[in-house]
Amino acid sequence: MQRDYDVAVVGGGLVGAALAWGLAREGQRVTVLDEGDMARRASRANFALVWVQSKGLGLAQYMGWTVRSSDAWRQLADDLRAQTGLDVCFARPGGFHLALGEAELAARAQRLKRLHNQPGAADTGAEVLDRTAVERLLPGIGPEVAGGSFCPLDGHVNSLRTLRAFHKGLYLLGTDYRPAHTVRTVVPAQDGFRLLTSRGEVGAKKVVLAAGNANMRLAPLVGLKSPMQPNRGQILVTERAAPFLPYPLVTIRQTDEGTVMIGDSREETTDETRLDLSIAAVEADRARRMFPALGKLNVIRTWSGIRVMTQDGFPIYDQSETYPGAFVVGCHSGVTLAANHALVLAPMIARGRLNADLVGAFSARRFDVQKVA
Amino acid sequence: MFRRLLEDAGQRVRVTIDGRPATARAGDSVAAAMLACGLPYCRTTPLSGQKRAPYCMMGVCFECLVTIDGVDNRQGCLIEVSEGMRIDTQLGRRAVE
Repeated sequence: MQRDYDVAVVGGGLVGAALAWGLAREGQRVTVLDEGDMARRASRANFALVWVQSKGLGLAQYMGWTVRSSDAWRQLADDLRAQTGLDVCFARPGGFHLALGEAELAARAQRLKRLHNQPGAADTGAEVLDRTAVERLLPGIGPEVAGGSFCPLDGHVNSLRTLRAFHKGLYLLGTDYRPAHTVRTVVPAQDGFRLLTSRGEVGAKKVVLAAGNANMRLAPLVGLKSPMQPNRGQILVTERAAPFLPYPLVTIRQTDEGTVMIGDSREETTDETRLDLSIAAVEADRARRMFPALGKLNVIRTWSGIRVMTQDGFPIYDQSETYPGAFVVGCHSGVTLAANHALVLAPMIARGRLNADLVGAFSARRFDVQKVA
Repeated sequence: MFRRLLEDAGQRVRVTIDGRPATARAGDSVAAAMLACGLPYCRTTPLSGQKRAPYCMMGVCFECLVTIDGVDNRQGCLIEVSEGMRIDTQLGRRAVE
């Protein structure tokens, strides 16, 4: 059989590119098999937050994993810049979740309390602030803002440039990137895998499935599983404006280039070609009530994207028991977790074994129905 | 740079451009009035600061963004001049106030 590569990474989005970059830096010979422009690409349609404060209710290890990635992001941004010359504009000033009215503030406080009361919860430094405290940091808030939560580990980044930086880095590392190579099937073979793509066959000793929602189809081919439940989000983008928002919010952020992104809808549909203006109107209205000055800015774009989402919202990292060279890596937060994927997970895969102490909690075995003894 | 085909056509409309009095003609778009007055550019871009002038004159290229009566990022080619209008070249990103 062919053994052209040490690793074939299926998927060239932020997850696949981060892993491939990390693997190549470990000296592995890597190919990345990507789809084309017609694929649903969450790496090109996302909100670009590096976000900690709301994550991990129901799986405390996810809090610690997220904190670790937020802490590692500065290193990742510096490494990418040193290698590629591209500034991905990572900033971690801390982030807000604002509440319109007392009921929302109480619900927010309750959620953070439940999150941090879990056994093994990580310390994120998140705190609930009243209106006066919020106003000190965000002077432009509207009269309905009752307060909010602030987490110093939250930040944001230019995610499109991050994807470009990874790909430029892959090129400089001599990685073989193959666009328009849709992987139809993966065949385990002696000493590796054969990947049958829309443009021919590729052989590799290891395979990493990082194909977003398509992991659901691919994982069973190599003795893994990856139950997914994608949903849709809509975003509004304003014209570029002078800096006015020094902190990202979970629903509003001003990019390094000046546009303001407004969003965070969550819809059951997975049709990305149609917009629902009634949802966009709610997003715009809430944004304007949080920051009245936003009402004067023109919206110049609105778009929707399909979220990569596992069935319980937590990452899936697994290694096949049947075919130990096969790995699956899937998660919603490809931006936030990019630092972990590149700097922590990729070296494990290069060595051929996931470290259960660090990532054992993210095995898809958690979806198994408990067996009765 | 530009001259009118009919010098006397149209009623005169008084506006200000960057604070200086200027004369336009009724029916002029803001962009046309600025070009007729000989302005070399109408804005600088929000990221690189390059100078830009009106280009398509039909609402699609967004090169003619100017500040009109204190409102930033207006498309000068789609708005007719009116008596007393304040037109300002727009430097960089618009403000959020």
